[in-house]
Amino acid sequence: MSREDIQSGLAEILEEVAGVAPADATPEKSFTEDLDVDSLSMVEIATAVEDKFGVAIPDDELGNIKTVGDAIDYVESHQG
Amino acid sequence: MSTSTDVVVTGLGAVTPLGEDVESTWGALLAGRSGISRITDDWAKEFPAQLVARLATDPADQLDRVRARRLDRSQQVAVLAAEQAWKDARGADAGVDPLRIAVVVGTGIGGALTLLGQDDVLEEKGPKRVSPFTIPMLMPNGPAAAVGLAVGAKGGVHAPVSACASGAEAIRWGLDLLRFDRADIVLVGGTEACIHPLPMAGFAAMRAMSTRNDEPERASRPFDKARDGFVLGEGAAALVLERADAAAARGARAYARLAGAAATADGYDLVAPHPEGEGAARAISAALRDADLSPSDIGHVNAHATSTPVGDTAEAGAIRSAIGEHALVTATKSLTGHLLGAAGALESVFTILALRDQIVPATANLDDPDDDAAVQALDIVRREPRKATLHAAVNDSFGFGGHNLALVFTTA
Repeated sequence: MSREDIQSGLAEILEEVAGVAPADATPEKSFTEDLDVDSLSMVEIATAVEDKFGVAIPDDELGNIKTVGDAIDYVESHQG
Repeated sequence: MSTSTDVVVTGLGAVTPLGEDVESTWGALLAGRSGISRITDDWAKEFPAQLVARLATDPADQLDRVRARRLDRSQQVAVLAAEQAWKDARGADAGVDPLRIAVVVGTGIGGALTLLGQDDVLEEKGPKRVSPFTIPMLMPNGPAAAVGLAVGAKGGVHAPVSACASGAEAIRWGLDLLRFDRADIVLVGGTEACIHPLPMAGFAAMRAMSTRNDEPERASRPFDKARDGFVLGEGAAALVLERADAAAARGARAYARLAGAAATADGYDLVAPHPEGEGAARAISAALRDADLSPSDIGHVNAHATSTPVGDTAEAGAIRSAIGEHALVTATKSLTGHLLGAAGALESVFTILALRDQIVPATANLDDPDDDAAVQALDIVRREPRKATLHAAVNDSFGFGGHNLALVFTTA
């Protein structure tokens, strides 16, 4: 899956779970600072990412995912 | 305790089986329209009691989608009713310091739909798929907390839990907060949304629910000889309370005074009411003393009357002994169903509107009053609403656990 496909899949999740407009879900954006995603929503997003992309995100990795770009990197490097 | 602090009601909100706001609900009640229907879902087919009073409209449709999915249905409906009341009172324009705004919202059951729904997720998909919002959605203070956020209350958020008396208990707490000068404006209310197989099965197992499945609109029949249990309803109601002088100073419209309140416990049984309504009568008498009124002052009683065989006669006895036989009594659950933790708040709204409009709604389905001496003695309004000159009215509420609440309202 290309980075663009991952980004658009992630944007769908962000819209569904946290009401983020898809156009705002760009790589440089911080989930908490820019997109106003709270910690419980981050957990929900991680679960949805696991389901959608078939990757596992352990809790200690989740803490390192700060931006949309971090999430794209994580999915890209962990997908089978 | 009698105090010189006058407290008035300056805002009302309601989301009920009869309507999506206060006036549509009140209009439907006066018109005698029932909110009760038979459940058509497959799960109900084997159930002895298949009747419910569902909300007229889905509360989630009136909320932002993301906000709605983080709130249990009991929270959604509480927030909608509270926002109505807050807007009605022009609370946002009142200029009250958020540190002096308090919220008291009770619920009988809490976030049961979330608890049970997430248990299904747990069983089917495992613990990792359980929503991180499960706890804030199921906790019984969740509706109060959501309402507190909606109106920006920082002066305290409280959630009394006393089964079907919770909504009335919230109103009493609000009165106390104002009398003790712990807040300048208090948003109070009750909420419930637990129409689901498990609570339905539990109440049915207690033999507390009507099984008149073929006649939904005739099933809730308080004080009638043929009554056979309550009908589970859902919804929320909210009121804005403030001190009369402060309300007048900001030019707020006062619907009524909340003149007095009292709570007692039966000390008799965990679920069965005292057969003569001894604890209920004590609550009514104490509320009258708190309001500095005599039984003869009370022109109207909105009864708790859920349509259960034991409860209605016990309450009739309590009303007769504490107030007498002159007051016009009504049982609005005949049309709304029983909203459990929201009942006391919704019926307080009805009591206030009865004072405003000088009219008592009719008790539906009271075709043949019970032979009980107290039921026979009371003047229970039936068939048509009755116009009357009303100065003071009582709303009483009782809950499993032996909780008895009585509230006294007077014309503003």
